[in-house]
Amino acid sequence: MSKILYKEQLSENVYLMRLEAPLIAEERKAGQFIILQIDEDFGERIPLTIADANAEEGSITIIFQVVGLTTEELSLMNVGDAIPVLVGPLGTPTHIKNYGNVVCVGGGIGVAPLHPIAEALKAAGNNVTIIIGARNKELIILEDEMKKIADEFIICTDDGSYGRKALVTEPLKELCERDPKPDMVIAIGPPIMMKFCSETTRPYKVFTQVSLNTIMVDGTGMCGGCRVNVGGEVKFVCVDGPEFDGHLVDFDNMMQRLNAFKDIEEEKHHCHIDKLVELKEKEL
Amino acid sequence: MTYVPPEVIEEKVLEIYEDIKGRYAELKNKDKLKIPTVEMPAQDPHVRAHNLEEVAIGYTLEEAIVEANRCLQCPTQPCIDGCPVRIDIPAFIEKIALNEIQQSVDIIKEASLLPAICGRVCPQESQCQATCIVGKAKKDVDKAVAIGRLERFAADWERERGAIKVPEVKPETGKKVAIVGSGPAGLVVAADVRREGHDVTIFEAFHKLGGVMRYGIPEFRLPNDIVDIEISTLKKMGIKFQMNYVVGRTRKLTDLMAKDGFDAVFLGTGAGLPIFMGIEGENLVGVFSANEYLTRANLMRAFDREHADTPIYKSKVVAVLGGGNVAMDSARMALRLGAEKVYVIYRRTEVEMPARKEEVLHAKEEGIEFHFLQNAKRILGDEKGRVVGMECLRYELGEPDASGRRRPVVIEGSEFTIDLDTVIVAIGNGSNPLISQTVPELKVNKWGNIVVNEKQKSSVDKIYAGGDIVLGAATVILAMGEGRKAAASINELLAENVETEKEAEINS
Repeated sequence: MSKILYKEQLSENVYLMRLEAPLIAEERKAGQFIILQIDEDFGERIPLTIADANAEEGSITIIFQVVGLTTEELSLMNVGDAIPVLVGPLGTPTHIKNYGNVVCVGGGIGVAPLHPIAEALKAAGNNVTIIIGARNKELIILEDEMKKIADEFIICTDDGSYGRKALVTEPLKELCERDPKPDMVIAIGPPIMMKFCSETTRPYKVFTQVSLNTIMVDGTGMCGGCRVNVGGEVKFVCVDGPEFDGHLVDFDNMMQRLNAFKDIEEEKHHCHIDKLVELKEKEL
Repeated sequence: MTYVPPEVIEEKVLEIYEDIKGRYAELKNKDKLKIPTVEMPAQDPHVRAHNLEEVAIGYTLEEAIVEANRCLQCPTQPCIDGCPVRIDIPAFIEKIALNEIQQSVDIIKEASLLPAICGRVCPQESQCQATCIVGKAKKDVDKAVAIGRLERFAADWERERGAIKVPEVKPETGKKVAIVGSGPAGLVVAADVRREGHDVTIFEAFHKLGGVMRYGIPEFRLPNDIVDIEISTLKKMGIKFQMNYVVGRTRKLTDLMAKDGFDAVFLGTGAGLPIFMGIEGENLVGVFSANEYLTRANLMRAFDREHADTPIYKSKVVAVLGGGNVAMDSARMALRLGAEKVYVIYRRTEVEMPARKEEVLHAKEEGIEFHFLQNAKRILGDEKGRVVGMECLRYELGEPDASGRRRPVVIEGSEFTIDLDTVIVAIGNGSNPLISQTVPELKVNKWGNIVVNEKQKSSVDKIYAGGDIVLGAATVILAMGEGRKAAASINELLAENVETEKEAEINS
C-alpha cells in the first residue's frame, strides 16, 4: 500500500505523483525504477522510473504519461488514494562519476528519469549540457528543474512552438562536432529517439548510454520478458539495465518486442473506454 | 492407460468397500495385495482441456479407505526413508484405513504443514512410493500404495471441514528470523522456527505469497485457494508477511541484520533465472520463457481475460521446448488459453523425460502432441519480428552422459520446419543472482547456486539457504526437506544465543 501524497498534471497526458514509500526513498539511486499495480488481483505490473525521492518525507516522485490501461487508471487516482502494489527500487543504478563533459538528452516524458541522473552527474563534477525536446511546447516538462542543473541548456520542439525547431539529434550532432567533443552522452526518451541519438554519436565515437523501458512482469530477472539484444548478447533490462551502451542495443528488435501485446491491449482499451462511458452515462 | 470416469471408479470401489468394511484387523497381507489400486478420479480430458479447474478430483472417503487398506504396514517402513520430510506414512495410512481421518491429519502435520500441497505436487513415484513394498511385490511402481493421493485426501478432508488445527507455538524468545522468499522452502523454515517461539518475518518480492506454487504451478494442478489456506495457518501462528519487498533492492540483506535486528536469515529465493537456448530468433515476438508465460497466466491471472489487465499472447500453434514438469504445465496452460495445437518438443525420448509420469499422461489425454528426439535449431520470424515457424533437427540416442541418461546426438542434415506462432522455452532455470551479487562474501558455485554446509549454513554467519537457490531447479518437496534442515540449524543457533545471554545475565 502506498498513499498518493501529491498529484499534478504536467501536460495534457502527463502526470506527476508523489507516493509514500519510505524504504524505497531511502535506498533508491539515480536510474532506478519501481513497478506498480493498481489492482492487487487483476492489475498488470508496469515499470516507472523514479524521478525524485525525499528520504525525510519518505516519498518518491513518479512522472508518467497516459499510454495504456494502467497509466490511464492511475491518472484517475487522487491524493489520499492508495496504490496497492509498489515495489522497488529495481534495476542497476546509473554509474555516476566525473566523465568531464556530459550531454543529457531527454525526449518527452524521458526528461523525468533523466532529471535525477543529470543532477547526480552535476554533483559528481561534470560539465553538464542538457537538451530537452518534445513534439510541442505543451509537452515540455521539468524545464525549470533542468535549467537549474545545466551549464548549457537547449530546448527543441518538433513544431517550433518553443525553443529551436529541431529534433534533439540536431544540437546533439553540433555538440559532437565541437572541440572538445562530449565525453559521455546519456539519452532517455522514446525508443526511436534513443536509436537516432545513438546513430548521431556513433561516427564521433562518443560513449552513449540509453535507458530502456521494456515490457516487464516481475522486475527481478525471473521472467525474461524484458530481454534485449545488446552487442549480440541477451540482457535483461530489469536487472542488467535499464541503462545500456546505445551503440550496442538492437533497437529494432526492442521496438518490435514493445509491440508484442499491442493488438490485445487496444482491444482491451476499447472495452475499457466503453465501460467508462457506460459508467459516466449511468451517473448522468 | 485410458481415462476412467470418476463414477466408474467409485462404483468399483464401493463393491470392495462393502466387502472389507470393518474388517481392517482381520485382513491378511494376501488379502490386502488383492485389492486393486484405486485410480485417481479426474475430470474428463475433453472438458478439462478448456477449463482451469483441478484435473484430479480427489478420493471420496470410501476410495481413500479402500486404498489405505492396501498398505501392508511393513515393519521396515521404506516409504519413510523415501520422504524428504520423513512423514510417518504407515501410521497416517492406518488411521485412514480405520476411518480416523483427523488422527491421520495430525500425524502428517507433525512432519509437514503443507500436506494439501505435497499430496498434489510431490513426485511420489520417485520418492515414498518408489520404495513401497506393495509396488515391489507387483513389480510396478504405479501399483504402490497411493501415498500422495491419501495425503491429499486427509488434508482436503480437514480443510473442507473448515477446522485446520493451528500448531502450538512456544513462548516468545525475542529472537528475530527473516525468511527471504515465500515458496515451499521458506514456508517450512518459517513454520519450524516459529514453533520454537522465535519472531518470524517472510519477505516476498511479489504481491502474492507462495513463490513457485503461485506463479509457476497452474491452478489446474494446484489451486491458489489451497496455497492460500495452507499459508493462512502460518499467519495464525503469528508469522508476519511482508509483500512487495525485494531483499537486495528494497533493503540490503546485510541491513536486515545490522539495522533491522534480525538474528538469522534464511534465503529461499528459488531458481528464478530462465535459461534460454541461445539460438537464432529467440528474441522474436512470440518466444517466451516458461516463467513469463506461466507467471502471466497464473500469478497475474491472464487466463481470466475478462478481468485481468495483464495480456497473454494469442496463440494458435504452440511449441514447448523441454521435457520437465514446467514444460508440461506450460503446454497444458497454452491449451487451456485457447491454442489449437500444442507440441512438446524434447530432444531425448519419453523414458528420459524428467516430468512426472502422471503429468505426461494427463497432457497426452488432453491432446498435447509429443515430438521426441527433436530440438529447435532456430526460430523463424516475419517482417514484424513475430514468430512464424521453427526449424528443428532430429536426434538419436548415443552413449550415457554424466546424468546417466543416453546423450542425444544430432542427425546431421535432418532439418525440417514446422509452422507455429508461439514458442515457450522450458529447458530449466538458473539461480537468480540478485541477492548473491549484493553480498560478495556469499559463496556461490559456478552455476550461481549458494554453497551451504550439511546444516544449510552459507559461507556467511547467520545466513542459511535452501531449496532451488541451493539445489538448482528441483521440486517442492526437496525444497521443503532443505527448509526443515535449515530450520533445525537456525533453532539450534538461536537456542545457543538465548543460553549465552542467560549466562551473561547471571554472571553480571
